[in-house]
Amino acid sequence: MNNDQIKEKVLKWFPDAEIPAEAGQFLNVIVTPEILHPLAEKLRYDKETHFDYLFCLSGVDWVSNLMVVYHLTSTNLGHEIVLKVKIADRENPEVDTVCDLWKTAEFHEREVYDLFGVKFKNHPDLRRILLEDDWEGFPMRKDYTDEANIVEL
Amino acid sequence: MSTEQTVLGNETQEYFINMGPQHPSTHGVLRLLLTLDGEIIRKVEPHMGYIHRSIEKMCEKDSYQQIVHLTDRMDYLSCHINNEAVCLTVEMGLQLEIPERVKVIRTIISELTRLASHQLWWGVMGMDLGAITGFLYGFRDRELITDIFEETCGARLTMNYNVPGGLMFDIHPNFQKRTKEFLAYFKKKLPEYEELLTGNVIFEERTKGIGYISKEDVISYGVTGPSGRGSGFACDIRKLHPYSAYDRVEFKEILYNEGDSYARYMVRMDEMKESMHIIDQLIDNIPEGDYKAKTKAVIKLPAGEYYQRVETARGELGVYIISDNKKSPYRVKFRSPGFSNLSALDTMAKGCKIADLVAMMSTLDLVIPDIDR
Repeated sequence: MNNDQIKEKVLKWFPDAEIPAEAGQFLNVIVTPEILHPLAEKLRYDKETHFDYLFCLSGVDWVSNLMVVYHLTSTNLGHEIVLKVKIADRENPEVDTVCDLWKTAEFHEREVYDLFGVKFKNHPDLRRILLEDDWEGFPMRKDYTDEANIVEL
Repeated sequence: MSTEQTVLGNETQEYFINMGPQHPSTHGVLRLLLTLDGEIIRKVEPHMGYIHRSIEKMCEKDSYQQIVHLTDRMDYLSCHINNEAVCLTVEMGLQLEIPERVKVIRTIISELTRLASHQLWWGVMGMDLGAITGFLYGFRDRELITDIFEETCGARLTMNYNVPGGLMFDIHPNFQKRTKEFLAYFKKKLPEYEELLTGNVIFEERTKGIGYISKEDVISYGVTGPSGRGSGFACDIRKLHPYSAYDRVEFKEILYNEGDSYARYMVRMDEMKESMHIIDQLIDNIPEGDYKAKTKAVIKLPAGEYYQRVETARGELGVYIISDNKKSPYRVKFRSPGFSNLSALDTMAKGCKIADLVAMMSTLDLVIPDIDR
């Protein structure tokens, strides 16, 4: 499927999904935490989309909100899509896990939790992965301060 | 002496063992928490982060030229390919046309890096299974490649030969001659590797049918590189999204469908031949021209998002840069192959014996700094 067809399909399933008009490298779909999992599930199992390979999962701190970015591709159809979920609540950011759809998400979501503090609901084993268990704060957030270890030049 | 005997029925009790963080076979600081039933593995839980340096956070304060230098501290055995990944992403953002000469030289050195990495892996794999000789063979031949690197860019391990826009300086006049000498030499030596390990009965017993993972699981876990291709997952970025000079060379994507330790081993052995085949096609055809495109001293990428995928010796490396048109990126994410490959270890090891875990980890070819970043 080409980008226009995928776009049409996504909007048919979820008319609330926001698809920016400018053509970037990938087709971007921005959604709210509520519809992330249902949309991901449809993209994963629909025969025409069949996004079976999650090749990157990253967190981004946009200061006004937190974002989790999912880069997806299909191993047999070859098309690609970028799902982005915008989380407005910085104090208690929550989004459903996608571990049940792509097992690689288990480690990647733990990393995003560790560094950005995003909680993934229904994750089988959500705890810090790179930092120590008693680390305070989430270092990749833009408002993180550590006077001892971060030297401002 | 009287001893109290306890007669156990068929009941067994599970227990835990810590493997690492400084176990020799982890080749770095990785701790595996094993749940065992006798010597059968029930669960493997990797604990990582012992050498987490927060490279992604550091990148947010650095210029684009500086970021390149941090990346060969991730997967140090694919350092040139890591550097190339960042440079390609920056060049994509700048829409910079880089000289043909640069593309060809980058490809040759990437393949030499892959060869050196696989040689080291082969030596270490033999050693993990008790064959010390292989280790010496691997390092003897890898030395010749690092000598070529040293003459080309002054460094043997962390090369930093790439800069955004091209190369730091031109190749050494001896480069082509020495590379061709090395290829002629190594083509004779590779059959020795095969003789020593590939056909060895003990080696086959310890790898065939061990550490099985299916193609579905490999895709779901995002296992890429030779480890993914050993289960039949066609994931070679050089074929799927050709970069540099890979679109003009002819080579096979090595696929095995068995999904066991032996298949992963065979993929790398065959890949060494393909790497030599790629260099053969390019080494006499390096186009004349500049070794660097003109770039500004301060690079600012136009606001936007850029994603570049390359094939390192371990699998798919993704570089995700978000720019807000400043001299440092807003956010950089490295999707490192080792991180995803390690996540599949539990699935592979379930039901196997603890002695086979060492072989499995070897065939995953983990580099710990690549996992921890």
